[in-house]
Amino acid sequence: MGKQRVAVVGIGQTKHQATRGDVSMAGLVREAALRALADAQMTWADIDAAVVGKAPDFFEGVMMPELFLADALGCTGKPLFRVHTAGSVGGSTAIVAAQLVQAGIHERVLTVAFEKQSESEAMWALSLPIPFTPPLHAGAGGYFAPHVRSYIRRAKAPDHIGILVALKDRQNGLKNPYAHLHEHDISFDSIKDSLMLWDPIRYAETCPSSDGACALVLGSERVADAAAADGRKPAWIQGTAMRSEPTLSAERDTVLPLGGALCAADVYRQAGITNPRKDVDCVEMYVPFSWFEPMWLENLGFAEPGEGWKLTEAGVTALDGDLPVNMSGGVLCTNPIGASGMLRFAEAAMQVRGTAGDHQVDGARRAVGHAYGGGSQFFAMWVVGADKP
Amino acid sequence: MAEIVLPPSIRDVEPVRSVRTPAQLDYEFTAGDATTRFLNGIVNKRIIGQQAPGGRVYVPPRGADPELGQPTPIDVEVAQVGTVTSFCVVNLQFYGSVMEIPYVSALILLDGADLSIMHLIQEIPADQVRIGMRVEAVWRDDADIEPTFESVRYFRPTGEPDDVNVRIPGEGHGTGLGSWVGGVAPTEAVIRNPRTGQGGTTEGGDA
Amino acid sequence: MRDVAIISFAQTPMRRRVDELNEVEMLMPAVHGALAQVDMTIDDIGFTCSGSTDYLAGMAFSFVSTLDAVGPWPPIQESHVEMDGAWALYEAWVKLQLGEIDTALVYAYAKSSPGDLPMVLTRQLDPITMGPLWPDSVSIAALQARALLDTGRVTEGDLAEVAVRSRRDALANPNAQLAWDRGLDDHLAEDYLVAPLRRSDCPPITDGAAAIVWAAGDEARSKVDRPAWIRGIDHRIEPIHLGLRDLTVSESTRIAAEKAGVADGPVDVAEIHAPFTHQELILRQAMGLGGSTAINPSGGALCANPMMTAGLVRLGEVANRISAGTADRGVAHATSGPCLQQNLVCVLEGDN
Repeated sequence: MGKQRVAVVGIGQTKHQATRGDVSMAGLVREAALRALADAQMTWADIDAAVVGKAPDFFEGVMMPELFLADALGCTGKPLFRVHTAGSVGGSTAIVAAQLVQAGIHERVLTVAFEKQSESEAMWALSLPIPFTPPLHAGAGGYFAPHVRSYIRRAKAPDHIGILVALKDRQNGLKNPYAHLHEHDISFDSIKDSLMLWDPIRYAETCPSSDGACALVLGSERVADAAAADGRKPAWIQGTAMRSEPTLSAERDTVLPLGGALCAADVYRQAGITNPRKDVDCVEMYVPFSWFEPMWLENLGFAEPGEGWKLTEAGVTALDGDLPVNMSGGVLCTNPIGASGMLRFAEAAMQVRGTAGDHQVDGARRAVGHAYGGGSQFFAMWVVGADKP
Repeated sequence: MAEIVLPPSIRDVEPVRSVRTPAQLDYEFTAGDATTRFLNGIVNKRIIGQQAPGGRVYVPPRGADPELGQPTPIDVEVAQVGTVTSFCVVNLQFYGSVMEIPYVSALILLDGADLSIMHLIQEIPADQVRIGMRVEAVWRDDADIEPTFESVRYFRPTGEPDDVNVRIPGEGHGTGLGSWVGGVAPTEAVIRNPRTGQGGTTEGGDA
Repeated sequence: MRDVAIISFAQTPMRRRVDELNEVEMLMPAVHGALAQVDMTIDDIGFTCSGSTDYLAGMAFSFVSTLDAVGPWPPIQESHVEMDGAWALYEAWVKLQLGEIDTALVYAYAKSSPGDLPMVLTRQLDPITMGPLWPDSVSIAALQARALLDTGRVTEGDLAEVAVRSRRDALANPNAQLAWDRGLDDHLAEDYLVAPLRRSDCPPITDGAAAIVWAAGDEARSKVDRPAWIRGIDHRIEPIHLGLRDLTVSESTRIAAEKAGVADGPVDVAEIHAPFTHQELILRQAMGLGGSTAINPSGGALCANPMMTAGLVRLGEVANRISAGTADRGVAHATSGPCLQQNLVCVLEGDN
């Protein structure tokens, strides 16, 4: 039978904020799922199967929470699948869901990713005192900051690049009603003057911690064609890819990981992209610390080595630039960890459907969604387009 | 959605908006083989890395060579001096931390090891720490040595000249392993496959 | 669907406590064994998928370091499910259906020993209505057993027969944790642990790991004489709340068995993931498995119940029997969640 076509026919997300105390965990995932269903003009009964993704279960204090969410997600008597690939999970969850359609197993699959970090103590969840393991003296930022320093040194990048990325993404976030951070007073100087938490990473160059969920409805070619005939544009999935490499290996490059580049090359090959800089209209990539924008621009083939920061500096990645990056405001504005990857994938799909509202890139016909996880060793990407592959 | 009709008895009651349910689970961890061998070295103030036959030296060892995917049965003592390969300066009182701000958390490649460890740098102002700087381990007093890597309190400068040629993973490959030179994607062949010996367009950074 | 087969299966000896090894050290023999049996390395594998859960390990992202067991260098195509490895196997099967890769490696592992398993499993329950009560997993299973006995369809003697047969069959399974030859009377003479369940109605707590190699079409035929072909595979879920389902039947298993085509031919062997004796009776009925089927010749989960792994072991045990020629057509089943909440059914067949 081979690989069948698949498209995104429904997209939903919650309002993201530090604490969504107004909804339960079930209420949070249903808020996103119901919006995706409404967008697809479907009901729970139309869905064949669901795929749920989220990051560590310690965040909410519930082990394998998809089990207790099964009925809230309308899955009684249906298949429900749970993915966990660290921070890339939102992306890999969407890919697993897409493959259920591509394999011809199901026609309409709901996929949901979420995190409700306020339910538990997130710092506690990540800082359980495990004997015998080397102490992490400075948390997640302390892990990534040395790698950012290596990039700056390698690329000879000037200090203000990280500030420019943070400013751009926070300004983009102002156009996104679902974004967690809406910092109307943000400025170059306010970012520059914010506390240098993990030198070279400033406070205002880091992502927030959010409650939120994202949901997609994936449909077969038949389902997507019917939506298109009804005037609801599908986002056709032109390629998906995942790569993993070891966390701590002697040879791996933590600045420009080989796995990230191989993942990009694979997904471009599937989509027929030979020159990503020219062939891609916009990119939504996983940037939890601002410096990751230039790093990923190089790792994903949008810039020559050492030149990623020059695209940022020249405004190429701005919303009105030649290659807009993180139109939604990205992870720097919204970070419900388990959903963050799917939000990237969803934004890419919204762009090619023309439904991105104030953060729409004019004429976007092909977009890339990107997620990474762990210590930059897990990667998930997709390419979506307005055109059927 | 159907309208929810509450029974009269609770119609005017303040709704419950959240519940707090403390949970505690107790775990009893065991160290495993590789970590036990490592910690046995620590109590003797020796830093023991491990390797698989034909593999690289990993410290602290975790039991498997992550490139080969094989056990690491060979103990290899590494030096207590090494080179800073990168670092960050922390200006935040991190949760549970008792460090004086600012402090430096660094990646340090010990002589004889193939993977940097993450540890603290002290006895030097934070703004003078640099990549390539030579540092040495400072242990707790003998009476306080315990089977934990924290028995090494921190690293401090040795005063030797900087090692400007220190191997930084990825950088032995020119522009980096996952970079696109001339718009061409890298392939698996850019690195040497540790099992087949094939591939590797450079010396894999070992030079 | 594309023809895909299990061509190799390996597991570690199942034990109450594997104190002397960390998780990656415990896992390596299973992964390396499964690959070596078919003369393969990770370089021959198109996709790798694993199953495990952080709550057993007691630390977040615990699966990250166990990936070292396979040596993902150069980088590999890989995924992880926070589910039993049987579902990791399902994800790999879906991936193989796309026709882009021909081989896959699936593994699962768990060390339940660091924590108090019956208490750890309470964290799966609804965090508002059930979790705060800390109902341990044995007591919850006992509620189900009581409901089943109260229907009058089965007796405590029927439960005892399952226990006795399973532990006796396990004598032939070198990896089993519990194996003995005792009579029905011995079983029924035991005190209740949580009435109506006796200790021998319950599974042991187990540390262990398992791995499977998948191959498609000619690749499978070139590797082994008799691949165990997948003829159907499906999984279904029900609400977690015990009051929302009839605990004495397993509707999700019935649907999965129907979709997988269990009834389309004779079933020589079935490996059923039933941690508690009464659950085997519920599951046999749900899958329509009758007298001519050998049930759990390995001894099943009553003889070794590595969390997140026991379901994958069921698939491996059936595949081994098909590859060995002692069975032509078999059924493997995996379960997850309290009281058989979620179930996977797979039909495997050998060439004749």
